[in-house]
Amino acid sequence: MNFTRRKVLGAAGAAALTGSLPGRAFAQAGPVKIGMSMPQTGSLGAGGKAALVALRMWVDEVNQKGGLLGRKIEFIVYDDQTNPALTPSIYTKLLDVDKVDLLIAPYGTVPTAPIMPLVKQRDLLLMGNFSFQVTHTVKHDKWFNNLPAADASSWFPGFFEQGQKLGAKSIAFLAADQEFAQNLASGAKELAKKGGMKTVYDQNYPPTTTDFSSLIRAIRAAKPELVFVCSYPNDSVAIVRAVHEIGVGEGVKIFGGGMVGLQFTPIMESLGSMLNGIVNYNSYVPGIKYPGIEEFLSRYQKRAAEEKVDPLGFYLPPFNYAIGQMIEQAVNGTKSLDQKKLAQYLHTNEMKTIVGPIRYRADGEWAQPRMLMAQFRGIVDKNVDQFRSPGKQVVLYPGEYKTGDVVAPYEKARGK
Amino acid sequence: MGIPLDLLLEAVLFGILLGGFYAAVSMGLSVSFGLLDVPNVAHPAIMVFGSYCTYMVVAWLGLDPILAGVLLMPGFFLLGMAVYRFYYEAFERRGSETGVRGIAFFFGLALIIEVGLILAFGVDQRMVDAPYIGKSLAFSEVRIPMRMLVAFGVAIVLTVALTLYMSKTFTGRAIKAVAQDEPALRLMGANPVRIKQWAFGIATAASALAGAMLIIVGPVEPGMDRVYIGRTFAVVVLAGLGSMTGTVAAGLILGISESIVLMHPGLGASWAPAVSFMLLLLMLGVRPQGLFGR
Repeated sequence: MNFTRRKVLGAAGAAALTGSLPGRAFAQAGPVKIGMSMPQTGSLGAGGKAALVALRMWVDEVNQKGGLLGRKIEFIVYDDQTNPALTPSIYTKLLDVDKVDLLIAPYGTVPTAPIMPLVKQRDLLLMGNFSFQVTHTVKHDKWFNNLPAADASSWFPGFFEQGQKLGAKSIAFLAADQEFAQNLASGAKELAKKGGMKTVYDQNYPPTTTDFSSLIRAIRAAKPELVFVCSYPNDSVAIVRAVHEIGVGEGVKIFGGGMVGLQFTPIMESLGSMLNGIVNYNSYVPGIKYPGIEEFLSRYQKRAAEEKVDPLGFYLPPFNYAIGQMIEQAVNGTKSLDQKKLAQYLHTNEMKTIVGPIRYRADGEWAQPRMLMAQFRGIVDKNVDQFRSPGKQVVLYPGEYKTGDVVAPYEKARGK
Repeated sequence: MGIPLDLLLEAVLFGILLGGFYAAVSMGLSVSFGLLDVPNVAHPAIMVFGSYCTYMVVAWLGLDPILAGVLLMPGFFLLGMAVYRFYYEAFERRGSETGVRGIAFFFGLALIIEVGLILAFGVDQRMVDAPYIGKSLAFSEVRIPMRMLVAFGVAIVLTVALTLYMSKTFTGRAIKAVAQDEPALRLMGANPVRIKQWAFGIATAASALAGAMLIIVGPVEPGMDRVYIGRTFAVVVLAGLGSMTGTVAAGLILGISESIVLMHPGLGASWAPAVSFMLLLLMLGVRPQGLFGR
């Protein structure tokens, strides 16, 4: 090859020029893309929309501060309609067409489970969003869940602890025939077995069930002492109504467990006094003093009113905001968007969030779960403001947040 | 594992009430699809729209949900006439491939209704209050939900009214005639398009009342129409296209079978929808024209 001084200088100049202007420099000046699907319609739509408000609040706040690594965040969200068939294609689009830098999982187990093989195959960081046991078979090491329970044994000990204290020996299970409810119910059945309880009724109902009268009547006929229900929002409302009409029997000490939807403000407001006595899981209830949560909720509630979503936002919004806070800490801590570095940071550091400090186990679930078990008390009809104050959901478990003892049997508690 | 006789009888009772409700929500489709041969897959979405309108009337005026549904019927009648006119001008009049294009049109309409409801109301569930919601009639161990009794009663009244209208009035007989032999009706000087437009209006008005029953039986959300597409078409096909009495009979068969499967401890409640549709397939195999079809 014939090198002349002019050619060498020309090449060096061109290299210097391209080094200062090329694509990478443009890419770094571009936004950090964070993508996800969120159920904005369908049975999880109400919760999903409220959660989205919290995530958007975090994006806006970070962008006002100058963004992540000096780059603005571009938040890309698609509606998965609570349809698990849609999420794999949405996440493929996010990765291959939108070319996002970071992924957040959709709210809920059912929409999340189908994307786990894709995420595992591409070895990507995925911030979980109130999903239950979606990695226990896939075993993805870059999964970090915001759900304050690691598994069924940490989700429901409160329910079974109360049941055992009351001397319950038998239990009925009613669960929706879908991923989340089945996972939850199977974990709860193990706890019941360990507690020496006899299962006197065990049914899975189809998610399209219109009327639950027959199922509730069958539970009453089985004469259980505990009734454990795993249901999605629409079903939860129909079940509570059917229980109010048909009754579950005088012998039932505790009714509830894993009913999704009874944490959503519009549903709580609509069911009103029908909620009294139910013992159900929750993620946050007023009175718990996590640093910054009350200030967050006050800002959220203003925005929620404008966007016509869950006006109180106790259940999902703080935990979705926490996803943003954890991403921010990991990116700032590593000064990188490298998925491996971020995962390592999340594994080794305690995250400071508005739902308390979070430290992760190797499987990406909380090392110290904080799922609450609370009993509805003194609820009146048509009053949304009653849920703002402590006392309407008495915390039975865990001990550090406990605000009262369970009232039983359920029939007596219903009148409280 | 068996089921005690008293529980079986209660399951049948719950099934009758549930079946009456299924018949009521299928009645409009029985007219539009069964009699007019219009592939109205938007029927459940129109019904959900009826539920939201009922919710608004109840919230604004404090009326009983059923009364609200009745008051909405004239408006829905006009809406149905307008929808059919558009469908006729855009598809039916042009002849070929009406069925496929028609299905696409009504799917589009269902989607527009669903998205419109989301924009207007959000995705939260909506419910109404009435003295019979959340209460039951108790006879010893048997407790019957009053909301299901009301839905059943309204279903029977709607069926009787539609049956009498179809058999006793000139327009009703004309609707049946247009379903049986449209060219013959045209040769007799009647305008089948106007008759079909009128009938589609009646079907849509029935959907308004069905929507009121839907929100009485349980909470509604904008995407709920998807749950009812399969069920309503199953009821109408099982009934024998266009038969009002058959619609009630088919609704009862689906309701009772679903209720027994849900209550039976040994069958597995998850099979409830499958049993209903298996009955439909069996019926189509044995009697393709349906229970009351000719």
